[in-house]
Amino acid sequence: MPVTVSLDGSVLTARLSGDIDHFTAADMRSEIDRAITMNPVSELILDFSAVNFMDSSGIGLVMGRSKLMSELGGKCSVCDPPAYIVKVMKLSGIDKLCPITGEGGVRL
Amino acid sequence: MKRCLNEMKLSFPARGENEAFARACVSAFIAQLDPYVSELAELKTAVSEAVTNAIVHGYRGRRDGIITMQVRLCSDRRVYIRIRDKGCGIADITQAMQPLFTTAPEEERAGLGFSVMESFTDSLRVKSSRGRGTSLVMEKTLRERSGDESVKDGVSNKSGRKSGTGSPLR
Ligand SMILES: Nc1ncnc2c1ncn2[C@@H]1O[C@H](COP(=O)(O)OP(=O)(O)O)[C@@H](O)[C@H]1O
Ligand SMILES: [Mg+2]
Repeated sequence: MPVTVSLDGSVLTARLSGDIDHFTAADMRSEIDRAITMNPVSELILDFSAVNFMDSSGIGLVMGRSKLMSELGGKCSVCDPPAYIVKVMKLSGIDKLCPITGEGGVRL
Repeated sequence: MKRCLNEMKLSFPARGENEAFARACVSAFIAQLDPYVSELAELKTAVSEAVTNAIVHGYRGRRDGIITMQVRLCSDRRVYIRIRDKGCGIADITQAMQPLFTTAPEEERAGLGFSVMESFTDSLRVKSSRGRGTSLVMEKTLRERSGDESVKDGVSNKSGRKSGTGSPLR
């Protein structure tokens, strides 16, 4: 499964895995959005610990979910991305909209 | 220009499945130069951006469009990658290369493909003509290998990932 979602109260964690590119992002997006609309979610955590690869399609995915959460009055964050993916994310400035945290919740 | 050590050419149809295929091919071929993990990741990302653009923009979902990819490995550790499509072409290249510019915002394109390609390679050249297609050339010189990977490539942490990467973003 490229996405596994788990709900803890109103906190939804979406664990992404494998490669995120234009081809795989579409399914990930609908999977996450379905979980957001079906549950009362105030916070979305995108768990990147099992992501092996990401190009700018992943930035679009994070930006889109972050926008959706802010429209719903909630928040969105990314946790545990591999170092090289942090680089791709920072290139976009997405970390200013959507905080990225590493091991132990440290802000990256 | 230094001697060409090896060369490959590949053509495949413009299908989303082939984004991963193109990355895997480049990665397997470049392995002959024994790149650092970070360099490999950067080149795979740049290739993924170029191939995705050919599929999404060049051929606009026309799955029978053909993409060609040529890779050369040179004796000075330079990697040359050319990716071409015969799709719709780019009307204004300067505008297309601006960070955040996209003609497909509704598909959640971030408009950062060219920025990623520029950041992760040493040079990027784009040629395009409307109605005829687009050709991209990217080049990157890989660092010399030293015996100890952790010295240059960042110390790997417990999960086996690299915690420091090579070229900083421009
Ligand atoms: N191969 C191509 N053929 C036609 N148009 C292209 C091609 N590559 C890029 N473009 C144009 O350049 C724009 C910017 O590309 P890019 O930086 O990769 O952002 P994105 O793919 O997110 O839109 C695209 O929106 C598209 O209009
Ligand atoms: Mg693109």
